[in-house]
This record gives sequence, structure tokens and C-alpha cells, in this order.
Amino acid sequence: MADFKVPELTGEIITPKVTLGATSGIKPFPANEELMGKVGFPAKKSADWKVKFLAKMGEILKKYKSVRVFLDICVRCGACTDKCHYYLSTGDPRNMPVYRQELMRSVYRKYFTTSGKLFGNLAAARELSDELLEEWITYFYQCSECRRCSVFCPYGIDTAEITMAAREILDSIGIGSKYNLAIINKAETIGNNLGMGGPALRNTLDFVEEEIQEKTGVDVKLPLDVEGADILLVTPSADFFAEPHIFSLEGYAKVFHQAGVSWTLSSHASEGGNFGMFIGNYDHMKTINGRIWKAARDLKVKRVIAGECGHAWRVLYSFSNTLHGPFDFLDPNYRVPQHICDYTLDLVKKGAIKLDKAANDDFSVTFHDSCNVARASRIGNEPGGQFTIPRELINAACNKFVDMAEETIGERTFCCGGGGGVLTDELIEVRVKGAMPRMQALKRVKDSNGVNFFALICAICKAQFTKIFPYYGIEMEEVGGIHQLVGNAIVLGAKEGV
Amino acid sequence: MWAISILKHQSDEIKKGAFMNGLSSVFNLLAYIAAAVFVLGFLNKVVLYFKTPSPLKIPTTPAPKTSMGVVVRLIPEVLFFRSLLKGGAAEKILWLGGWVFHVSFLLIILRHLRFFTYPVPGFVMSFQQIGIWAGLVFPLALLILIVRRFLNDRLVTITLFADYFVLGLIITIGLTGLLLKYFARTNLVDVKAFILGLLTLSPVQIPDSPMFLIHFSLVLILLVYFPFSKLMHAWGILISPTRAQVDNPQEVRHVTPWAQ
Ligand code: HEM
Ligand code: SF4
Ligand code: SF4
Ligand code: SF4
Repeated sequence: MADFKVPELTGEIITPKVTLGATSGIKPFPANEELMGKVGFPAKKSADWKVKFLAKMGEILKKYKSVRVFLDICVRCGACTDKCHYYLSTGDPRNMPVYRQELMRSVYRKYFTTSGKLFGNLAAARELSDELLEEWITYFYQCSECRRCSVFCPYGIDTAEITMAAREILDSIGIGSKYNLAIINKAETIGNNLGMGGPALRNTLDFVEEEIQEKTGVDVKLPLDVEGADILLVTPSADFFAEPHIFSLEGYAKVFHQAGVSWTLSSHASEGGNFGMFIGNYDHMKTINGRIWKAARDLKVKRVIAGECGHAWRVLYSFSNTLHGPFDFLDPNYRVPQHICDYTLDLVKKGAIKLDKAANDDFSVTFHDSCNVARASRIGNEPGGQFTIPRELINAACNKFVDMAEETIGERTFCCGGGGGVLTDELIEVRVKGAMPRMQALKRVKDSNGVNFFALICAICKAQFTKIFPYYGIEMEEVGGIHQLVGNAIVLGAKEGV
Repeated sequence: MWAISILKHQSDEIKKGAFMNGLSSVFNLLAYIAAAVFVLGFLNKVVLYFKTPSPLKIPTTPAPKTSMGVVVRLIPEVLFFRSLLKGGAAEKILWLGGWVFHVSFLLIILRHLRFFTYPVPGFVMSFQQIGIWAGLVFPLALLILIVRRFLNDRLVTITLFADYFVLGLIITIGLTGLLLKYFARTNLVDVKAFILGLLTLSPVQIPDSPMFLIHFSLVLILLVYFPFSKLMHAWGILISPTRAQVDNPQEVRHVTPWAQ
């Protein structure tokens, strides 16, 4: 099935020996000139690329404290070297976070520091060259921007910040990733990453309504573009067509139905995801995010709720207010936006919806903390709510839940291997390998507790795991969303005592 | 000057040869240059970091919801290198070497304050004994930090000349310090007169001890090197956005001028 060696599932995560160039041949497909132009980047690399490169880098150094400080202060202590899933699974030293950063730091020394200018090689300064550029393209697209390295760094140095800056620099000299830029273009022109227009969207929603009707006999609606609804649901577009994503969409719809609230989806903002973040481009991130708040205004909703998506939640929770706030046109009694798990758990606790755990008795469940939720945002009121709220909700929806090993969950969770803009087929080898630490942890709870349902709250995680589970000999049907479990368990129909 | 005159009569041994005078002038001048480079260089970086905005909220979560909470988060980071303790066995060794090195370095600096003050304040006096112990473990801790860089292929890969340079520089400062204390003893009164002379802007002769000259020169090199190197982590740890930001993006709108 694969023309590379899939790691063996042993349950152990063993730090490999350094193997120079182990993944040096794996690069993202370049965006063509037309696509580059569409998203506002130079069509291709020009003769004066070095000038543009340094100009962009200089601009970023002035605009981002993170990049400037991180480039200066790393002491190369090595604490991060064995924390990246890509290093753990490939042994390529450029996948050690500090050594990935070094690709940029060496250029920083050469052109932006006195010591680098004076001492050159002795100060480990590197001149711009085509060879260096190839290394950038390779290894800055073998980082899923998961921030695991920053947890263990004594200064919290976050390689994701460096990766984003690097991709922004590459784009600015005419070298872009086809996968990422195509998605950005679709999200900005059509409204979602799939390029699915309004009518097509309505069709799939009709289909979901029929499915629910067939399975439950209850008439659950999935409203689209309803002006004056109370709640706007923003969810990753994969929820509209991909499996298992769509089962979570059924789950959200059932929850809203049973809670008896008025809600709507928007065709203008039919995408929670935001690939602008992955390429470190502030303007694209802002444009894509802007569609959501325009839809909220146009539809005159009172609140905005976000569906299951990791990086979407990061942008919505952490950046929205900066990008398009203040949100004083929305009801101040609710979080803006609120995470769907937070919303549903609250309904369960208030008794507004009932979950019948026995409906999920076929499942033994574990939960994967998606990195963007775990390390880049919060759910609910308390720090750490991003860990407790999803687990509480799962426990409310099923009888058998077990956590994976402590050093692989919570803030130390391992990435799925496909986040941060690397979820594309040409990178399949690093994706499959990058999932290794997570798969080993899963293997252990499969052996000990017979886990057969891998619960997620991230669209990319879902897509990634359904794709790579088979490489490890696991059925892809074992992947699912938390709201899939909720959807199975929710008791529909007339409410007792109401 | 008052301090000098008090000290002068205690120290008749200061030689007044033409050579030492020339050397003294050079060292006095270099000391001022090094101090200026250190202070201005450090402040320059502090201002640069302060002026460089953080357009977005990027604390590594879970993160505190208040500024007070951030202070509480940072204290164990600074005092105990807390994040290192989250790592595995390699980080435990690093932690031990690193933490002992930093703490003993601090104690040694405190002990050195007796050369910079007259009269010597009580708190400096109280660090004298422990400062002596610190001086002895200091090179051992640094030895751990140096040796560990050779033992593991990941560290071998990432280590640069600059990393060996600064470790080598600091351990040599420590070792020459020990030599000064136990073998090549110098007249400490002369040392104190020299330092106070620098501080009071009325330079005097530099002590007539080659070992002291070496020790002192290395410290000047460290001072000059500091602001242009990774040693700025001493400041960076306090302002690193992933650690120092408050997790309140929904409650407080975070705005910076360029990112409007
Ligand atoms: C606020 C004060 C400081 C804090 C919190 C701090 C913290 C740290 C931490 C956490 C590390 C990484 C782990 C380790 O190698 O031990 C480190 C490394 C280092 N620090 Fe500091 N530091 C401070 C001040 C200084 C100063 C003033 C120096 C002086 C020269 C210094 C020199 C070094 C060196 C040389 C290393 C690298 C060690 C190696 O290469 O293995 N630090 N520091
Ligand atoms: S843990 Fe932090 S300081 Fe240490 S090498 Fe990695 S990035 Fe640098
Ligand atoms: S952000 Fe994640 S993928 Fe990128 S270097 Fe750090 S640990 Fe690796
Ligand atoms: S896809 Fe999921 S696990 Fe992977 S980086 Fe995104 S949030 Fe993290």
C-alpha cells in the first residue's frame, strides 16, 4: 500500500537516531502562476528574489515580537529535539524543532545581526541560496504548527510561529503551496474550502435531513441562511460531505432541534477553517474570518457557535476579536464565539437535552486532544476547559471511556500528523509517519481497553486519521467526532415534564 | 574618592611602574567600554523587543486569564526552569546542570558585590560562605552542560561553535576565579580599590596579577558578548509572548497599530 516503511505498532515511542536527509525529498506541490496571482502573490520566483526575501523577512521581524525574540534567545538546549512527532517518526534532524528554526535563524544571523555579518560561518550564518530555499520549502512544510515543542521549551519558543513566517516569506517571493493556496482561494471566493456553492450546500443539508428522518423518524431541520435565527453555526465544510465529519453535523442538528432553539448555517460563511493562519498571512486570515462576522451581521443572529475543528477554533477563539471585533451586535451573555462542546455540555447539565449512554455501548472510546484546541485556545471559562469539557461530554454520552497515556494527551498531546496545511497527498509519507506517536498511544489503549472509537473535535484530524488508520491496520470507521457520539445518544422527541 | 582614600593607605604595595600605568589605563578604558556596550546593548534589545508588537494572542494554553496569573506562571519558569521539568531523562540532566549553574552563578555574583560596595552591606556579607561553595560547584555544573553536548547525537547536531564558546568562556572565568582564590592569590584590597576606582570614575592601578588580568579580561568579553547573543534569554524568558500573554482574547480586544 505504501512505498515507504510504515512504523510498526508496538505501543512504544522510541527516540530515533539522527538520520540526515531522511525526509529531504518530500515537498509540497508548488502553486502554479495562475493560482499565485489569484491569491495576490508574485506569480513566480524572480531574478531578484533575494531582495524580496530579505525585505519580507525584515518586515516580519518588525511586525512579530514572537519571531524576533524566538530567533534571538534560543540557547540550543535541545529540550525540544525529541518532542516533534515528525522527528520521532523520521529521525530527520531538520524535523527537530530547534533545527527547523535554524533554517531561518542562520539567515537571520547573516543578514540581520552584527555577529553574523562580522563572523559569517563561525557565527553559523548562512547565505541565501537555491539550496537553502529548497530546504525551507521541504521542512517548513513538514511542520504541522502544532506547538508541542513550545510546551517543553524553557522560553516557550513556538516553532509554529517560525514556520508561519517562513511560509509567508516563501509566498512573497513567488513560491507557494498548491494545496494551501487553492483552499484559500476557494474559501475567499466561494465561501468554503471545498468550493461548494449555496445550492450544492442546500442539497447536502436536505440529504442529511433525510438521513436523520430515516434513522430516527424525527423531522430534524438543517436551516441555511435563515435571517433572524438566534444561533449561527460555523463549522468546517468537511462536515457537509466527508465521513465521519457528517455524523457530527447530524449530532449538532439533533442537539439544536432537541434544545428547541432557532439556528442556521450560512452559505456565505460555510467554512469554519482558516488556511490563512497556516501560511502565516494576516490579510488572508482576516478576509476569511471576516465572512463569518459579515454573515452574523447579515443574518442578525444573537450568537455564534463553532463546530468541531481545531485550527478553526484557534482562529475563532484567539484571533476573531482582534481581526473583526468588537462583537457588540451579539448577545453579550454568551461567549463569542462559543464552542459546540461547551454549548452541548451546558444543555446536558441543565437537563435541556437527555443522552442515553447505552446507545454507545458498542464503543469503547478514547479522546485525542487536537493540538490547536489543546495548546492554542480554551473552551469554557477555566484554563484547561479544553481538556475537561470534551471529556465530560464524552462521558455523558457513553459508558466506556479511557484516556491515552498522560504524556500524550492534554497540553502534551501529539498531533495527528496532518495539521497546519500538510493534509495533502504528496506529503503522505510524513503524514503517515508523523502520526506514529499518537498511534502508539492509541495502540496501548486498544490493547488494554479494547478501544474502538477514536473521538475527535477537529476536521483535519478526522480526515487525517481516516486516511492513515488503514496504513496501521486499523479500520477507518473507528474515527469519529464527539457529536457523533452525542448524536447517537441523544433522546429525540417530546421532552418529559416540559 | 572617599573610598579610595580609605583604601589607599592599606595598600602600599601598588606598584607605580610605567608599564603598569599603561596597562592600567588600557584596562580601565576597556572596562568602561565593556560596561557601556553591555548596558546600552542590553537596553537596546529590551527597547527593540518592547517596540516590536504581538499582533495576535498566542499564549501557549492552558494559560492564565489575568496578568497576576501570568506572573504566577513565570515565577517557577524563572526560578525553577519549570518547563524543562516536563521533559524526559535528557532534560533532567540538563535541568540539574543548568539550574545549578545559574544559581551558583547568581550566588557568585552576589559574593562579588563585596568588591563593588563600601561599606559592604549586610546581605552581601551573608552570601560569602555559600558563595564559596557556589564557586566550587559552578565549574562542575558547566562541565555537565559541556559534556552532555557530546553525548547525544541530537545535541551534537544542533550545537554550534557559539554554544561551546560561551560555555568555555564561562567555565574559564570560573576556573581562573578559583585559581585566584586558592593558588594565584591576589591582594584583594588592590582588587577592591581597582573596582571602586572604576565605579567612582577615578581609576587607579589594576592589581599586579596576571591571573587577575585574565579573569577580568574574560569577564569583559562576556559583558560585550552578552547583548548580541543567546544570553539575551535572560530577558527573553520574561517577555516571550507564548508565556507572558494573558489568555483573554474574548474578554479584551487585543489590538496593535499595524494589525487594524
Ligand atoms: C533571568 C535570568 C536567567 C534565567 C531565568 C535563565 C534561564 C536559563 C535556562 C532555562 C536555560 C536552559 C537550560 C540550561 O541550559 O540550563 C539557560 C541556559 C543558559 N544560560 Fe541562562 N538564564 C538566566 C540568566 C543567564 C545569565 C545572566 C547567563 C550568563 C552568562 C546565562 C547563561 C546561560 C548559558 C550559557 C546557557 C546555556 C547552557 C548550555 O549551553 O548548556 N543565563 N538559562
Ligand atoms: S527547547 Fe527552546 S531553547 Fe531549547 S533548543 Fe529548543 S527552542 Fe531552543
Ligand atoms: S510546531 Fe509541532 S510540528 Fe512544528 S516543529 Fe513544533 S512540534 Fe514539530
Ligand atoms: S489537525 Fe488536529 S491534531 Fe493535527 S494539527 Fe490540527 S488540531 Fe492538531
